[in-house]
Amino acid sequence: MATLAQEAAPADLEAFRAETRAWLAENCPPGARNLPQQMDASFWGGRNPVYPSEDRKLWFERMVARGWTAPTWPKEYGGGGLDAAQGRILKQEMARIGAVEPLQSLGLMMLGWAILKFGTEEQKLEHLTNITQGKIRWAQGYSEPGAGSDLASLTTRGEDRGDHFVVNGQKIWTTYGHKADMVFTLVRTEPDAPKHQGISFLLIDMDQPGVNAKPIRMISGNEHFAQTFFDDAIVPRANLLGEQGKGWDVAKYLLTFERSSMGQSLGGGQGKTIADIALENMGREGLSREPGLRREVAETMMETWAMNIAGERMFDAGKAGSLSPFSPNVMKLLGTELAARRTRLAMSLGGFDDLARDGQATYDWLQAPPNCVAGGSNEVQLNVLSKRALELPEYK
Amino acid sequence: MALVLSQDEAMLVDSTRGLLSREAPVTAFRALRDSGAELAYEPALLAKLAENGLVAPNVPEADGGLGLGAAAAGLVLQQAGHVLAAAPLLSAAISAALIARAGDEGHRADLLGPIVAGERVVAPALEEGVRHDPRRLETKAAKSGEGWSLTGAKTAVIDGFAADAYVVSAVADGVPALFLVEKGAGGLNVERFVAVDSRNYAKLTFAATPATRLGQGDASAAIAAALDLGRALLAAELLGAADEAFARTVSYLKERRQFDREIGTFQALQHRAARLYSRLDVARGVVLKALRAIDEGDADATWLASLAKGTMTRLARDVMMEAMQMHGGIGMTDDFDVGLFVKRAQSAGELLGDDHFHTERLAAGKWGL
Repeated sequence: MATLAQEAAPADLEAFRAETRAWLAENCPPGARNLPQQMDASFWGGRNPVYPSEDRKLWFERMVARGWTAPTWPKEYGGGGLDAAQGRILKQEMARIGAVEPLQSLGLMMLGWAILKFGTEEQKLEHLTNITQGKIRWAQGYSEPGAGSDLASLTTRGEDRGDHFVVNGQKIWTTYGHKADMVFTLVRTEPDAPKHQGISFLLIDMDQPGVNAKPIRMISGNEHFAQTFFDDAIVPRANLLGEQGKGWDVAKYLLTFERSSMGQSLGGGQGKTIADIALENMGREGLSREPGLRREVAETMMETWAMNIAGERMFDAGKAGSLSPFSPNVMKLLGTELAARRTRLAMSLGGFDDLARDGQATYDWLQAPPNCVAGGSNEVQLNVLSKRALELPEYK
Repeated sequence: MALVLSQDEAMLVDSTRGLLSREAPVTAFRALRDSGAELAYEPALLAKLAENGLVAPNVPEADGGLGLGAAAAGLVLQQAGHVLAAAPLLSAAISAALIARAGDEGHRADLLGPIVAGERVVAPALEEGVRHDPRRLETKAAKSGEGWSLTGAKTAVIDGFAADAYVVSAVADGVPALFLVEKGAGGLNVERFVAVDSRNYAKLTFAATPATRLGQGDASAAIAAALDLGRALLAAELLGAADEAFARTVSYLKERRQFDREIGTFQALQHRAARLYSRLDVARGVVLKALRAIDEGDADATWLASLAKGTMTRLARDVMMEAMQMHGGIGMTDDFDVGLFVKRAQSAGELLGDDHFHTERLAAGKWGL
């Protein structure tokens, strides 16, 4: 096991920025900079890691050694121990030189946060360390063929056998299910309990005969999702996260991270702005001949800017302890819709040439709509906002 | 500063809300409107607001103000938007910004203290076109003995009929400049403009009207900064008005029964309401960001003012449409308050540039489209 070499982060933020900038300049190899922001081009770690390049391997190892794959997690679990402001500075400095994320991982984005909140010390030591060091690649297994928006109607069963559970059933839309080492799942362990109770949050090793995953090809051509079949899969009790029968609470907590990060990263946009794309493709001259298109570009830019500000505000509110519990729903709803409209607008700007089947614009356009459904469909977000934020009555 | 309210700001919001709900509920505005009073504001309310430091809190401390910046002025306007408080707050903040930036020491000393104290109502007279167009400046200033004289016309003068002085833009020596014109000056004609929102507006004409020049040289930067401030403040007021109209609509959805159920149980209405909630939530950050950017001298302040004004103009319009529709017939009667918010949103949306203007301004100026 690699020794984690960590230094105390300087409290003074400007000193921290200068030091971080210098460290990144020296340690981020050229091959880990200015790469297209694409999930498929990311390094995902796991038991059988596939490094995109030697530079990426080096970059990953250096960041792991510094605890900066998870900058704000505690050092004892392989995190960087940075506070929120320092974490933000690190992101800014990485963005400044176009440094790629060293490790993409559902563990970092989602599961780890739930383990930090609900996990036992043993679970934290084992799983968080495996996440920060990229040793285990995680998949998410919530939805089922009969449980989509109505997630709590899930029927995958986990039979309590004392020191372990035996799991049977089927999941779908398992993110990276066919590429992952382990999957975090919602499983019904008390079939007689009310719908939202009796569900447990189980961490299941996929490297066993009782678990099989088959990729699902989407209209964009990507294979990010899988169907996962559980046939007498064995799960040690040690892999129960949170209390038995209280998995719904863990899932709800986790979904807020998924929704916020989807809304922020998609709503705020990545890489080239739609204005850049418009100017590159059409120029001012061309845009002036199509005022309707120009206007749509400007409006999309305004909405994108507003979403970026919303992300900044959410961060500030989180720090001040005044975060609205409904911000993730708002970000998810508006961010994913905006991304879908923006990527479709980019198709218009690219004209015939952007119809290329394997082109980036085509890919971006076709992979945006699934986000309006994933993480709780946008209609589910509207339901949550109606019922909880606005407290509108339910029909009985 | 962070995009959350500081403790001081939260206290300012609470005290302003308390004062306005006591002294200036919507019923007070309605009564004023129905009285047809030419002044179109309550001097007693202005005095009360001034007493509590709520008139032009953006005036620097050195000039006798509280020095609380655009953010404080915006938070006050936002609360004023909730109750449709008809007090010359917007004109005070904009005029004060013009005078503080362009005026020499004497003008600042003479004018800013009295504006903050609510003793003088000074209205900014910057507009000349049917739609907002800051590039249009045809009013001319000519040297006249020791002073200056103005010839031209202004429109959309906020709080203009009740004002006792005006800060007027005009071309002097080939550059934009600012002048103080006192009410009753020779050759000044003040025409009352009765607008749909029942606020106080005027159109002005100047025929060799004597005027005092505020400062020297090119006042373009002072004018631009005051426009940015005004736009951000109007965005804040629109946010307050939209929040209020939306809250009243949500309450109505919970009360009104049809088909033996509250109409708020219908998902068609729930989802429309939830969308407005979401857009208001995002806009809240945009408005605060625009106000903070002005106070922090952010290079993007002018563009953020346009983002805020453009966003809020469109959003307030949508909120008002939904407020009327979801209230049904009652929402379209004059007796019901929703219409008052609808009308104010239209005026406040138009003043200093609507969503079309600001989208175009950003497209051309910020993004080079």
